[in-house]
Amino acid sequence: MKQKLKSYNAQTYLAYALIAPAALYIVLIVAWPLLETIRLSFTNSSLAGEDYVGFENYQKMLSSKKFNGIVTRTFVWMFFSVSLKLIIGLIGAVLLNANLKGRSIFRVLVMPPWVVPIAIGMLGWLWLYNGYFGIIAGVGMRTGILDGPFGFLAYKQSAFISTIIADVWVGTPMVTVFFLAAMQGVPRDLYEAAYCDGASRWDRFFKITLPQITPVIITMSLLSAIWTFNSFEIIWILTEGGPRGATTTLIIDTYKQALGNYKFGRGAARAVVVMILLTLFAGFYLALLARINKKISHE
Amino acid sequence: MNKYNTFEKILIYSGILVFMTFILLPFVEMFYASLRPLDHLFRSPYQFYSDDLSFWAYREMWNTVPMLGRYIFNSFFLATSVAVITLIFVIPAAYSYARFKFPFKNSSLYILLAINMFSGAVLLIPLYKVLRTFGLLNSYQAMIVPGVAFLIPTSIWLLKSYFEKIPIDLEEAAFVDGASRVQILRHIIAPLSTPGLVVVGIYAFIGAYAQQFLFAITFNQKKEYMPIPSGLYEFIGYQSVKWNEMMAASLVGIAPVLLVFIFLQKYIVEGLTAGAVKN
Repeated sequence: MKQKLKSYNAQTYLAYALIAPAALYIVLIVAWPLLETIRLSFTNSSLAGEDYVGFENYQKMLSSKKFNGIVTRTFVWMFFSVSLKLIIGLIGAVLLNANLKGRSIFRVLVMPPWVVPIAIGMLGWLWLYNGYFGIIAGVGMRTGILDGPFGFLAYKQSAFISTIIADVWVGTPMVTVFFLAAMQGVPRDLYEAAYCDGASRWDRFFKITLPQITPVIITMSLLSAIWTFNSFEIIWILTEGGPRGATTTLIIDTYKQALGNYKFGRGAARAVVVMILLTLFAGFYLALLARINKKISHE
Repeated sequence: MNKYNTFEKILIYSGILVFMTFILLPFVEMFYASLRPLDHLFRSPYQFYSDDLSFWAYREMWNTVPMLGRYIFNSFFLATSVAVITLIFVIPAAYSYARFKFPFKNSSLYILLAINMFSGAVLLIPLYKVLRTFGLLNSYQAMIVPGVAFLIPTSIWLLKSYFEKIPIDLEEAAFVDGASRVQILRHIIAPLSTPGLVVVGIYAFIGAYAQQFLFAITFNQKKEYMPIPSGLYEFIGYQSVKWNEMMAASLVGIAPVLLVFIFLQKYIVEGLTAGAVKN
């Protein structure tokens, strides 16, 4: 009987056969295109055809001041967006974790920005940001902060900030929900013991909750960094990277080059830069995950 | 220890109020705008009060954009197809990961996670060329094929954790009693994993519904295949934007997804957070 069971549980060929369709699909639609992107980046591929051009795309790209500006801008944009998501997400999670009436309703109500298609949510933001008729400009004008209509997406600095806020809006719910789940996983007896020792609410938060959820905070910072870096639709719908390039991040620039101008080669060179950066992020993330898992299994 | 005094309660509730305003303001404004006549919306500075609110825009929008119904249908058709195809690929793979030990198991699972990080935008260039070569541009397939690929990784992780909850003893006992693999699958695994399949299916549906826009604007230019997120741009006219109708159509477009999510949010959130928040 043992023999029979062994044959049931150790059929490597069957295991692989079951995974094969999904694996093949991913290889065809994700892995192969990734390699193809690298190849294209060494060509001047366009709708007309392609020739091998060596490192020309890279040389042009790296020597252009504009491109360097785009990389810097991407990281500044990302830094503010991710920090705000984490801070607001943490505060939100603390508030929704409080044992008060209505919290289960609030927990559902935080989620819509996460679930709704970004492209539709952004139409709402386009309306809010409208310089003449939007509510934000309206409140500004009525309180005297603005002395007239103000198109938030029409000026370099305000467009930069406005796209960050919209991105934070999309990303915060998920961060909040994950922090909340982590907080509820903290063993209750830790709090009870601290309470008996006379620890204040503040102490309990900083000495128990925060250290306990640190692994999740780190994981979420990396994950939101990756998603924020990849963020395309938000900026594309609100500003298309404008005004005058003020919100053009790496992803937007890649898209514009490749599918706006049909310069596949140049776009591919940018996509390769994106891929390298993403691989670095992913490497960090996976190393960290492996470490956290190890720590957990050791305890 | 969880008692709050009145001052603390006021503090927490006002914090929640501010937080919720940020999260919900766009939706509230969308809904309010959809109820107001266009000439009330086009007043500057913003008017907080309108006296003749109505659902007029919800009727008129079908005339302004005659294909609106088709766009909504397309969105559902695309998202359903993507979800079903994703499940077909994911079920055997997730079962295999949950049940068998084999070389490269863990490393391939991590590779799946890493794939999740490459967004569609990076892969669009070769995908565009592939779809063009196979003559799939401007068709439903142009949006379905890449859509499935980006949902497979997370879906495998999600479903794997559901399969792992089915005790292996059940299967082993049936196997020893002479049941075949197919019988085990049909009579033990399928019924026990139905809730998991539903959650993963819904996850894939919502994900597919959300990611349509990027694929639609890049790979499809035919109106008859357009999903609602890109169809909504038809409310932007040459001279002015019909904001009230656009907002009404947006809300009609997202309502079904939102409703499904609200009913199943508990399960979806549990499944998604379980991986990251393990104790």
